[in-house]
Amino acid sequence: MQIGIVGYGAYVPKFRIGVDEIARVWKADSKTIRSGLLVDEKSVPDKDEDTITISVEAGRNALLRAGINPQDVGAVYIGSESHPYAVKPSGTVVADALNMGPELMVADFEFACKAGTAAIQCCYALVKSGEIKYGMAIGADCAQSKPGDALEYTAAAGGAAYIIGKNPLATLEGTYSYTTDTSDFWRREGSGYPSHGARFTGKPAYFKHVISATNELLSKLSMKPSDFNHAVFHMPNGKFPLKAAKSLGFSKEQLKHGMVVTKIGNCYSGSSLLGLSRILDNAKPGEKILMTSYGSGAGSDSFSFVVTDKILERANLAKKTDFYIKRKETIDYGTYVRLRKKLKGG
Amino acid sequence: MPYKSVPLFWRLKKPKYNLTGTKCTKCENVYFPPRNLCPACRRSGDIQELQLSGKGKILSYTIIRTPPEGFEHYVPYAVAIIRLDEGTNITGQVVGDIEKIRTGKRVRPVFRKMHEDGNDGLIHYGLKFELVD
Ligand SMILES: [Zn+2]
Repeated sequence: MQIGIVGYGAYVPKFRIGVDEIARVWKADSKTIRSGLLVDEKSVPDKDEDTITISVEAGRNALLRAGINPQDVGAVYIGSESHPYAVKPSGTVVADALNMGPELMVADFEFACKAGTAAIQCCYALVKSGEIKYGMAIGADCAQSKPGDALEYTAAAGGAAYIIGKNPLATLEGTYSYTTDTSDFWRREGSGYPSHGARFTGKPAYFKHVISATNELLSKLSMKPSDFNHAVFHMPNGKFPLKAAKSLGFSKEQLKHGMVVTKIGNCYSGSSLLGLSRILDNAKPGEKILMTSYGSGAGSDSFSFVVTDKILERANLAKKTDFYIKRKETIDYGTYVRLRKKLKGG
Repeated sequence: MPYKSVPLFWRLKKPKYNLTGTKCTKCENVYFPPRNLCPACRRSGDIQELQLSGKGKILSYTIIRTPPEGFEHYVPYAVAIIRLDEGTNITGQVVGDIEKIRTGKRVRPVFRKMHEDGNDGLIHYGLKFELVD
């Protein structure tokens, strides 16, 4: 019995602000920053967009590809660190907007940038056990960053939705998670912006978890990096995934389709999932895909997928990831401040 | 603190989220917001639920620069009368570059925040329209 992704959908807001423009305002050296982050610009949500609206648009695309009755979706789990309400689940709005309710399980997931992949694991387990026919897992964020903070260059907005079920366009072959109590990045209740441990975010946090989860999955499946056609790792910037890939033994060529961070920034819970959607947009039947997410706090979920021939009929049923990446309107820092409500009393 | 508008918004949620209208199968008239009785056929009419696509074209529009309370953050914004492909008119906000809005241009639906009841109140969501390039 094959279980995996039966439909997927991406959404990225159309506004972009360049790293150069942010550096101009803070009188920073944009060349150094760009080459340090390997990010050119990041996506910015419109005034009336948030994690819920991004989830609805991505979910709609996923339903179009799956070609299923929304009423057959038995669970919706949305992973995000920017749910619009502190109390009231995003999933309630998304389930109604996509006509999936009222008979379904709904919960919002939180695990920094990996809550969306955690949602995929839950949907997979529920489908496998026979509890539900289809489950929708979404990773979406409108990331907040303190003006002038290093995160401001990359904190972006976007998301992707995955419908898990039988008769997939990509079969889930195996998944593995690696989790420890590591405080690299956090936000307290009621605090508007996150805090982070600066340099601590690298070695003991991102790299340790991404590399451990990936290696353990490979050994569990008796596979090696060269068995995969494509790979995507969580993209807090462009450098980290390249470095992680290199030390694991993956090539730049394998990362090619999934590296969406350069043009849209770090979409947090949407990051690795948007990389995966762009890979699927370009994948052929029989190809193998490795995805490893990372969430601060900290943990990584690693997945192995095999693309089936269903991809041929379903990939074109909704707008592809590149439609949203290429559709853009560049804004200046002033407009960015207004859109993100960074002015007090504004 | 109780919000007076909560029950009203909740009742109108289904048509607002999904553009669910009605159609009289006798005279083929389409209604949005949905009607339970066909005003043309009266009691001989037959009203059925109809899922509207939200696709259509702009018949007329205006740009709002002096907003009502609660919409200050959104100005300037466009409100248009849209002729849906199913054959009924609907009023809605058009998002995106309002410089490019023209009568006759095609639109498609997008799910957006409509407005917020201050910083502590509910966030209201619904469908707006974006120009199809
Ligand atoms: Zn009638």
